[in-house]
Amino acid sequence: MSDDILARFQLDWPGFALDVDLTLPGRGVTALFGHSGSGKTTLLRCIAGLERAPGGYLAVDGAVWQDGRHFLPTYRRPLGYVFQEASLFPHLSARGNLEYGMKRVRDAMARSALEHAVDLLGIGALLDRKPDQLSGGERQRVAIARALALKPRLLLMDEPLAALDFKRKQEILPYLERLHDELDIPLLYVTHSPDEVAQLADHLVLLEEGSVRAAGPLGEMMTRLDLPLARDEAAESIIETVVASHDDKYNLTYLDCRGGRFAVGRLQRGTGKPARVRIHARDVSLALKEHRDSSIVNILQARVQEIVPLNDWQMIVRLGLGPDAAIPLLARITRRSADLLELAPGKAVYAQVKSVVLAD
Amino acid sequence: MGFSDADLAAIGLTLRLAGITTVLLLFIGTPIAWWLARTRSWWKGPVGAVVALPLVLPPTVLGFYLLVAMGPHGPVGQFTQWLGIGTLPFTFWGLVVASVFYSMPFVVQPIQNAIESLGERPLEVAATLRAGPWDTFFSVVLPLARPGFLTATILGFAHTVGEFGVVLMIGGNIPGVTRVVSVQIYDHVEALEYAEAHWLAGAMVLFSFLVLLALYTLNPTARRKPS
Repeated sequence: MSDDILARFQLDWPGFALDVDLTLPGRGVTALFGHSGSGKTTLLRCIAGLERAPGGYLAVDGAVWQDGRHFLPTYRRPLGYVFQEASLFPHLSARGNLEYGMKRVRDAMARSALEHAVDLLGIGALLDRKPDQLSGGERQRVAIARALALKPRLLLMDEPLAALDFKRKQEILPYLERLHDELDIPLLYVTHSPDEVAQLADHLVLLEEGSVRAAGPLGEMMTRLDLPLARDEAAESIIETVVASHDDKYNLTYLDCRGGRFAVGRLQRGTGKPARVRIHARDVSLALKEHRDSSIVNILQARVQEIVPLNDWQMIVRLGLGPDAAIPLLARITRRSADLLELAPGKAVYAQVKSVVLAD
Repeated sequence: MGFSDADLAAIGLTLRLAGITTVLLLFIGTPIAWWLARTRSWWKGPVGAVVALPLVLPPTVLGFYLLVAMGPHGPVGQFTQWLGIGTLPFTFWGLVVASVFYSMPFVVQPIQNAIESLGERPLEVAATLRAGPWDTFFSVVLPLARPGFLTATILGFAHTVGEFGVVLMIGGNIPGVTRVVSVQIYDHVEALEYAEAHWLAGAMVLFSFLVLLALYTLNPTARRKPS
């Protein structure tokens, strides 16, 4: 598809090599995920043109930004970039920072759109302050608005929350989630935080030592047993649902996906609205019969797809939910239980989900 | 008592020399400082050392080489003769050229330090906000490195005002052309005119003090607090 992002870069530095060949979706949030030193920031900088990878190739939305012969310098690329630490110009007010980029692009945001972005990020009252009068979280929100104001074709964020403490992170995440819902351009988001991935990403690129270990839709990537995510202590499944109905008697909300129905504590959102849920692998147990005499509310039909040992006493199981087994779900169980239930690929089971957490 | 006409001429000449030299040095020194601050080239060391040479060389050595180079048989002299403007030694513009070399490190180094302390990040941010290199220089580097430029201007000016050895080698002692304040003081002392020497020397002490005072009060480093 021409509105995708095609990126091919090779770098050979002392002690570090980058070698990627990626096709990234032209919509939604793609997380570039990996440990430090995995090359995720370097890849982002190559895409921004801040790092020159000779012989690299980059096309965004059908426009070639870099190939063997041409290299569009950063200041000619229609992108927005949010750096890890606050990068506001200290000699300009928050407003001055916002307007710095806007003055330099022909089709910047209209007044009304800017006001909307300022509202979305909750920085309306801060605009006349200098950066040293803002908190870290406020500075980062101004930096995000500054990038949005350019009306970029591609938004790049390099661990925008990493330099902030837990409280500041919680302050910004809701804004990023709202951004995720409203943004109609691709966002490449560098992070090493599984929480941020679970809350924001639609797609995931897993980087290891400068190359791409795997890439794909988030729900699939989180549950692939050959990848480290599913083998982590905090392994979880991400499932996209829609609000089906509310139960006024018990104060529950029912969420539907193709794999079945989940009940969660009542949500303040209307029917038909999307909701993303996270289910920890350790909160899923398996049964061969549907236990009606259990306190567990969420019991779904599933089929075992794959089962591998996690350590000397636990197994990790990937299930497919629903009649066509299309929605992946992870369960972590003991080896003893796996033997007892005689679990094997293809076997029909009931997944008992103890806890469903809303992710957005 | 006070300043004689000759003293006033020397003061005027000194200020003109220092002013022109400082302006030229800001134009010549800024690109050199920029390059020194940002290059990863092997040449950074040698070029930086050459720029800093006037800090350690006796002014007479610098003056001697400049005199030879700008003289009728030197390469610069041959060039200026070919241009039809004669030779530079013992002219005002000869002094300007010499002063540019002599005061170079005092302008280059503060600017270089200021640019180095900015780091890459503000330049990268500007690039992601669509500012080209020149735009970035004027809208980001200049305002953020302003203390460095201010220091460079003050030091370049003050140092040129105070030069003596190079002036004597290149300019000699021609009233109204090359006789600057420091040479005028020397003349007064040679002629045992101590009272006159006191006036000019005192003025120099006061001037230097005020310059340094301005440097330390107008330019507190606290204003460059990173955010």
